[in-house]
Amino acid sequence: MTKVPDSEQRVKFYQTGTFTVGNRLLDEAQRTVQASVERANSLDSGHRACQGCGEALGARYVVDAALRAADDQLIAANATGCLEVFTTPYPESAWRLPWIHSLFGNAPAVGAGIAAALRARGREDVRVIAQGGDGGTTDIGMGCLSGVFERNDDVLYVCYNNQAYMNTGVQRSSQTPPAARTATTTVAGSEPGNELNSGKSVPLIAMAHGIPYVATASVNDLHDLEYKVVKAMGFRGARYLEVFVPCPLGWGSRPADTIKVARLATQCGMFPLIEAEYGELTAVTRIRDRRPVEEYLKLQRRFAHVFAPENAHQLEALREIAERNIRRFNLLPNEEAAP
Amino acid sequence: MSIDSAKTPFAVTLDVGGSLLNKTGSWRSERPVYVDRLPPCNHACPAGEDIQGWLYHAEEGDYRGAWESLIANNPLPAIMGRACYHPCQQACNRAQLDQAVNIHAVERYLGDLALEEQWPAQIVNPPSGKRVLVIGAGPSGLSAAYHLARLGHSVEIHEAGPLPGGMMRFGIPRYRLPREVVDGEVQRIVNMGVELQLNRRVDDIPKALEDGGFDACFVAIGAHIAKRVDIPGPDAARIVDAVSFLRDMETGDAPLQLGRRVVVYGGGNTAVDVARTAKRLGAEPMIVYRRSRSQMPAHDFEIDEALEEGIVVNWLRTITESDQQGFKIEKMTLDENGWPQPTGEFETIEADSLVLALGQNVDQSILTNLPGVTLNRDGVVEVGADMATAFAGVFAGGDMVPAERTVTVAVGHGKKAARNIDAYLRGETYRPLPKSEVANFETLNTWYYTDAEQKMQPVLDAARRRSTFEEVHTGLDADSALFEARRCLSCGNCFECDNCYGICPDNAITKLGAGKRFEFKYDYCKGCGMCVAECPCGAIVMTPEAT
Repeated sequence: MTKVPDSEQRVKFYQTGTFTVGNRLLDEAQRTVQASVERANSLDSGHRACQGCGEALGARYVVDAALRAADDQLIAANATGCLEVFTTPYPESAWRLPWIHSLFGNAPAVGAGIAAALRARGREDVRVIAQGGDGGTTDIGMGCLSGVFERNDDVLYVCYNNQAYMNTGVQRSSQTPPAARTATTTVAGSEPGNELNSGKSVPLIAMAHGIPYVATASVNDLHDLEYKVVKAMGFRGARYLEVFVPCPLGWGSRPADTIKVARLATQCGMFPLIEAEYGELTAVTRIRDRRPVEEYLKLQRRFAHVFAPENAHQLEALREIAERNIRRFNLLPNEEAAP
Repeated sequence: MSIDSAKTPFAVTLDVGGSLLNKTGSWRSERPVYVDRLPPCNHACPAGEDIQGWLYHAEEGDYRGAWESLIANNPLPAIMGRACYHPCQQACNRAQLDQAVNIHAVERYLGDLALEEQWPAQIVNPPSGKRVLVIGAGPSGLSAAYHLARLGHSVEIHEAGPLPGGMMRFGIPRYRLPREVVDGEVQRIVNMGVELQLNRRVDDIPKALEDGGFDACFVAIGAHIAKRVDIPGPDAARIVDAVSFLRDMETGDAPLQLGRRVVVYGGGNTAVDVARTAKRLGAEPMIVYRRSRSQMPAHDFEIDEALEEGIVVNWLRTITESDQQGFKIEKMTLDENGWPQPTGEFETIEADSLVLALGQNVDQSILTNLPGVTLNRDGVVEVGADMATAFAGVFAGGDMVPAERTVTVAVGHGKKAARNIDAYLRGETYRPLPKSEVANFETLNTWYYTDAEQKMQPVLDAARRRSTFEEVHTGLDADSALFEARRCLSCGNCFECDNCYGICPDNAITKLGAGKRFEFKYDYCKGCGMCVAECPCGAIVMTPEAT
């Protein structure tokens, strides 16, 4: 699938644009992988994820697109976490591709090992994906991940970022946003929730390694996500994709609102959608309909306390994060951007 | 595959397998269900068109399919695409995003294409052997005749006038509705086997039914007796009524001696039609209306177009008497209830003639020998919800029954009456399908719709409009018509965007293929409701599971 520039899309698909999953007025080839009855359904029905799980959705989006890009020649290594537990209670699995689970923090290394083995056997046709949640990737697996990046191992690493350790009961991770409530950052004291000025951006860390491709995507924008997976699969060497996946249970949002929450995160600036090649920022997905940060926060009970008058500074801090993202990545739609 | 317990490691108690054994549907307390809601355009259409339905075909460029779907309800799309005041577009949800879909223009495009390609109308039922008399070849009578013929009945239309079309020919000026369009759409109905007899006036309905061996009758003679008002003065000849004026324009019977300065008295669409027609004949028309502009019954856009053409409108005036030079008029003022009250201030306008456009009455001679059928207080014939009069087997519709007097309402009456007559002829009662809940704006997820502004129809410039009877609005070209069709949001009806199929985290939806929509796999659906939230057009609802 190739990405059509915005200007062309707008003229062509008046009714729904390309924002819907499919469109009966389009050629099959131009629709998303998910629109096809032939999609792999790599993560099949019967998995044990909660209602409205963003991660289950994001993982199927990514792996289905990667399978198509690799002509079904794909092996996945999986970190410990929800994605492993809800899909594969031994000896049963919802995965429909060769899939291996080892430890919590070593999925990048397992992926690198598979890639090395394939190289040794001369199997260039078989591609490797390694994946995990934000805990297994950005905290526990950070060392292994950096190793994959600096060695430029031929692995696409996908981090499904739901901003806490959900599998073990919603503990804080390095991806938990400031002020958010988790089991270990409770709503108590003068600074309720997670500390302000904490956390880190792993896409930027990945860019600092100068690897061929780094991108962020979100479950609310399937076209953008699939485009980035396909693009990532076009490179050899280390690639990093971070996918924003709301967690209704951990965030205290309605299961039905999973995509809405993700959409608002991208449209308020809290989660910027970017692409970088060899350490250089190459593209951003601009905001289409800018929304206030509050609209995003209000759908999630983990942020309920920031609306209390005494926590106004927390709300302000969250607003500033969005503002900074918008400035830093130039996210506003063209007509609003500075000349 | 079974496991050999002697060879398997310790603690393995289950066969290996996929997750499909795990029926997560048991978690659910609510289930999603596909529905079809009633689009607001369809809800607003007096002719009962399935607008969303025919636009769906037009979106694919399947204009023949779109037109077939359209004429299942309305046999006159080329006429309607010009003369209808399109209440559908007032109701269109898209208006809350950018502008309403230009349904009217797409309808006209389809209607014109059908005339150009000479697509025939189909008869869907085998011959019933029943005969129905339709009195009046206006929009209502033509619509009834068409629908009755479509349902397999043999239909004869008796029209008192010299040409078919009723007010579509003798009321609506040709700059709004060219006559070849009327002729073309009437001919298509005649081609279905409907017998059209012109200059055949019916005075005694029971006798006509008996003489012709008819089993039922639909009366739609309209309202064409002009209301008069007494304006004292020496020269009554200079006062004509709008109905006669517009009719004479068509028949070419009497030379129209209106003179240069023409006063049109009234504030409805007919008054505007007369003024604009007079302008095109080279006169200098002025409309006089006793209330204010906002109270004029004429449609706003028609008043605007008249003003663009240089027609003067004098609000808050009544005409009291005529003299040699012109007419004496009294200024009015509005009281607190918005009613005009005389001020005692008078002025004189110089004019050569006066056209009265003060409304029309039903010719009650048609009711002779129809015991029980009378005109009500408003001068129209009462009918039931089934369009039946008090006289068994006689149905009525159009301008002669209580309703808004528009072409579209008349066409709707014709259809409704035809369906009831069809049931009556079979000794049954017609039961319309229950209407679904209206798909209002709140049921949509408008994120998924791209911004796309309405394509406007080209308008003839005002200078040419002052002197010719050329059509004021021209049609859309093929590209614009397709663009407009594709602006439809498909409110309340699945348009197969694949959103539900794509965004279900549990793969719990089967895509059945083009035109067949989708199906839930309730064995696995956990009831999260994401499909409902992300359906652009509001075609899925959550319903509680039985406990």
